[in-house]
Amino acid sequence: MQVGLNHYLVVSALLFGLGLFGILSRRNAVAILMGIELMLNATNINVVAFNRYVAPAAVSGHVFALVIITLAACEAAVGLALVMAVYRNLETIHVDEINLMKW
Amino acid sequence: MGELAAFIILAIVTLLPAVVVVTNRNLVRAAMSLIPSFLGVTGLFVLLGAEFVAGIQILIYAGAIAVLILFVIMLTEGGTGLAVRQVNEQRQWGALTAGILTAGLVVILLGTPWQITAGTLPRSNVEAVGIALLTDFVLAFEISSLVLLVSLVGALVIARREQ
Amino acid sequence: MNWFVEILKAILLTVVLFTFLAVVAAMLGVLAERKISGWIQSRLGPKHVGPQGLLQTVADTVKLLQKEHITPLNADALTFNIAPVMVVVAALLAWMIIPFGPAFGRVLVVRDINIGLLFFIAMASLIVIGILLGGWSSNNKYALLGGFRAASQMISYEIPLALAMMVPIMMAGTLSTVGIVEAQAGGTLDMGNWFIFGGRFQWRGVIPSVIAFAMFLTAATAETNRVPFDLPEAESELVAGFFTEYTGMRFALFQLGEYAEAFAMAALASVLFLGGWHGPVLPGVAWFFIKMFALVFFLMWVRWTYPRLRFDQLLNLSWKGLVPLGFLLVLLTGWLLV
Repeated sequence: MQVGLNHYLVVSALLFGLGLFGILSRRNAVAILMGIELMLNATNINVVAFNRYVAPAAVSGHVFALVIITLAACEAAVGLALVMAVYRNLETIHVDEINLMKW
Repeated sequence: MGELAAFIILAIVTLLPAVVVVTNRNLVRAAMSLIPSFLGVTGLFVLLGAEFVAGIQILIYAGAIAVLILFVIMLTEGGTGLAVRQVNEQRQWGALTAGILTAGLVVILLGTPWQITAGTLPRSNVEAVGIALLTDFVLAFEISSLVLLVSLVGALVIARREQ
Repeated sequence: MNWFVEILKAILLTVVLFTFLAVVAAMLGVLAERKISGWIQSRLGPKHVGPQGLLQTVADTVKLLQKEHITPLNADALTFNIAPVMVVVAALLAWMIIPFGPAFGRVLVVRDINIGLLFFIAMASLIVIGILLGGWSSNNKYALLGGFRAASQMISYEIPLALAMMVPIMMAGTLSTVGIVEAQAGGTLDMGNWFIFGGRFQWRGVIPSVIAFAMFLTAATAETNRVPFDLPEAESELVAGFFTEYTGMRFALFQLGEYAEAFAMAALASVLFLGGWHGPVLPGVAWFFIKMFALVFFLMWVRWTYPRLRFDQLLNLSWKGLVPLGFLLVLLTGWLLV
């Protein structure tokens, strides 16, 4: 049996689901960020797999994946900086306790 | 045969640690499990013939993002976070939503007739990606480098201690 | 069954390479370090085990193997035990792309992959995780501080390291290490085309490559946590930094990882700037080892000459000094190319 496009798509869908579950069920802001990273990874698998099986002559998928990785790095840096700032001011990073703006 | 075996091993290496990431109560263990998961994805990239993306994946994800996440976990909450509740009240609803979405995604993805094109990737991956980045995708390249700069400055400003 | 044979071959090569490295890097490295430090400080160094103290490291290894494995009571046992292995595996994997020279009709290299240097720097960046986790899991404030220092230092110095690599990469137009060495063939005495002498750009190429070489060595010293950048394990401040709580063989694994990485950096510097196996008269492999050990000697010389930097000086040097300089170098090399 050959490894086809569907194999990769299923793996990436499962990874995406796991990441989503992490985001929905965690209280800790950093843990939520970890879920987001998993989802971005799932996206990358998808994009590169499509590049390999649907348009192998071009490398557009690789470029998309690189851009996504760059943006993931930006997102992690800014997100973690926000977490640090919140922790310094409120001494908690549990998102359900950060409710200063909620009356 | 070999490809399938490699694929199955890599899929397990990717998915099992990912389960630990989202379920483990010990936050450092969860963040630690991100690394094998990222490395598994790297292996999948190599299997797909995307060596350059694979290298960048290790460098950025495993080498930088995972370290940053570990760093912040160790600086906040005093480490593991075992003493406090880690999951919120909507855990079962979250599981249900994620499960339904995944099932839907799998059904849709498997049901769609993708147009598979036979063909081979360019021989030198690095060269092809470099040429593509500076010709067809030069705008995306420039914008993402600008975003990188902005987020670098932004992260510095946000995380800096007020004087 | 082709893939099965391939896997067997890969495992065999790994075992051979790792044994070789354990002998060369750890045994010779530690001995050389102690002898050279003795020489610089006007002492004799190890002298009693074997002729001229040659077997001192073997005796030390036997001693370390016999020591008890102590896991601290409140340590995170799983992480504590995995961390040294991660460091060693990542440091040794970096050797996969180092070409030793031509022999038996082929180039002695485990795999000549087309993303070679990217692979090397990725492996170097994986070492940070082992160190950070080792420092955290010891449940010791000195170890934790050492781990934090190591993480911030190594992440900061990866960028100048990569930027310094960019100069030879751009001159050779490839990321493969074998390709880079082959681009330095020929010239006067088979030395004229080394990138440190400007490669095919002659005197115009000297300026960026000499600066890049100095930058590479600086960043490599910091990346391997050696003096003057040894803040993560500064004895006078942090006991022993991230491996304070480690005993016996796991302590030795951290040391092995550190030496393997330092030797790999020296080997890579000779591949990138000093022409790898190219040189007159002597066979290629001999030239490679001469260059590598000369650079290792240089690193040790620096180690026993300079005092340790302060942490703010360390980070300033990277972010305000080396990183902008690296971008300038890339620009300059690009200008040479067109």
